[in-house]
Amino acid sequence: MSLRAHYEEELREMREHLLAMASLVERHLELAIQAMIKQDEGIASIVVKDDDKLDDMKVAMENSCISLIATQQPLASDLRNIFTANEIATDLERMGDYAVDIAEIAIRLKDEKYIKELDKIPRMAKIALTMVHGCIDAYVRSDAELAAKVCKTDDEVDDLTGELFAELYSMGGRETRDIFQMIQFLFVAKYIERIGDHATNIGEWVVFNVTGKLIDLND
Amino acid sequence: MENAVKISVKNLNLYYGDLQALKEVNIEISENSVTALIGPSGCGKSTFLKTLNRMNDLIPNTKITGEVLLDGNDIYAGDCDVIELRKNIGMVFQKPNPFPMSVFDNVAYGPRVHGERNKRALQETVERSLKAAALWDEVKDRLSKPALGLSGGQQQRLCIARVLAVQPEVVLMDEPTSSLDPISTGKIEDLMDELKKKYTIIIVTHNMQQAARISERTAFFLLGDLIEEGDTIDIFKTPRDKRTEDYITGRFG
Ligand SMILES: Nc1ncnc2c1ncn2[C@@H]1O[C@H](COP(=O)(O)OP(=O)(O)OP(=O)(O)O)[C@@H](O)[C@H]1O
Ligand SMILES: [Mg+2]
Repeated sequence: MSLRAHYEEELREMREHLLAMASLVERHLELAIQAMIKQDEGIASIVVKDDDKLDDMKVAMENSCISLIATQQPLASDLRNIFTANEIATDLERMGDYAVDIAEIAIRLKDEKYIKELDKIPRMAKIALTMVHGCIDAYVRSDAELAAKVCKTDDEVDDLTGELFAELYSMGGRETRDIFQMIQFLFVAKYIERIGDHATNIGEWVVFNVTGKLIDLND
Repeated sequence: MENAVKISVKNLNLYYGDLQALKEVNIEISENSVTALIGPSGCGKSTFLKTLNRMNDLIPNTKITGEVLLDGNDIYAGDCDVIELRKNIGMVFQKPNPFPMSVFDNVAYGPRVHGERNKRALQETVERSLKAAALWDEVKDRLSKPALGLSGGQQQRLCIARVLAVQPEVVLMDEPTSSLDPISTGKIEDLMDELKKKYTIIIVTHNMQQAARISERTAFFLLGDLIEEGDTIDIFKTPRDKRTEDYITGRFG
């Protein structure tokens, strides 16, 4: 194998590693929300327990990017690919942390009767997950337009957080337990909002990878 | 790009007999900047460099068309003084080529040819040039010793000092560090960074990282064509042309 072919192989492995990481994060996000809706401790603890895997994958990604930079001195699309992969891995790892935070809330509330049926949270989660999936898809296809399009829906997540806040506020719970729950719901909403922000970051890295331009998809 | 245009090349073609080594090259080179020329072996980088101070005049059977304007004046016009031109546009070759004489005489050679006879003035010029080439400290106690006794990296810097001694406006460097260790390379790169404050520098290099480190602009040649030229950072981050991309990432061939 020529050295260039070997290098291609390493770049391909790096990409595959990133995609494996993305699908694990997507799974954790789905499980965390399910645990929240079903108040299922078993599902929640999978997310908490397996987060180490994501952290390890992030470290492995850093190591392979550093060694590629040190040994290959990448330029042009290689440089953008390596930088992008490392940045996306960072965003994915953060999302994984939010999945853990949500799962921990699910565990905390597992035996309580919810003061209201969860409607906005699953909707928000669905949008955020679609964003994550769409941005990873855009990464795989090197499609900057798709990335930009997907990130437009981030506003909906932000709006729903606002709506949820207004709704809970107007319910005006008196019981300490009720207020505690409301706060937990708002935390979950906030985490989902942050997940949407990280998905937007991924979209921005996809645009960078394709065009070399650093842009803001958040406006 | 704010700097004034120092050299403007228009529709330049060069033929070695039947072989066309440069094809319709158009490029503008700014003052006080480093421009890197990159491209595979045989693509015409050295040839292009030589057209800028008419070194190619010395090669029989060459034909050249188009214009090379230095400060707006065509260097191929009939009234151009070639000796003066080569004083203004100095050249450092890939292989260090010190003359078989002392360190001092090597550096004083150019000024003497141009009529400087004053001993003191020559001494000052030699010291200033060796300092500018980051060589003074290493040779100040052996100025009368043969230049060929210097190490390769020292010889290369001596050749640079020799060019600087005649106070050129433009310095052409053809792979000046290709045979040097990283320390000497670093010194020459620092030197270029320093020199560009006063001079305009054009360097041929096969080392992409070197081009990326030291130049403001980069031009990529392929088979005599200037494929792409632009801000160095853009060329190495997001080249426009697929052939540039393939070359700098090593996917060629
Ligand atoms: N004196 C000459 N007579 C005939 N052909 C020449 C002469 N000098 C160069 N050539 C040809 O012109 C083309 C360009 O050569 P040039 O030396 O400019 O390439 P280069 O880009 O500097 O290559 P390298 O990176 O190997 O130094 C080559 O095909 C070369 O063989
Ligand atoms: Mg050459």
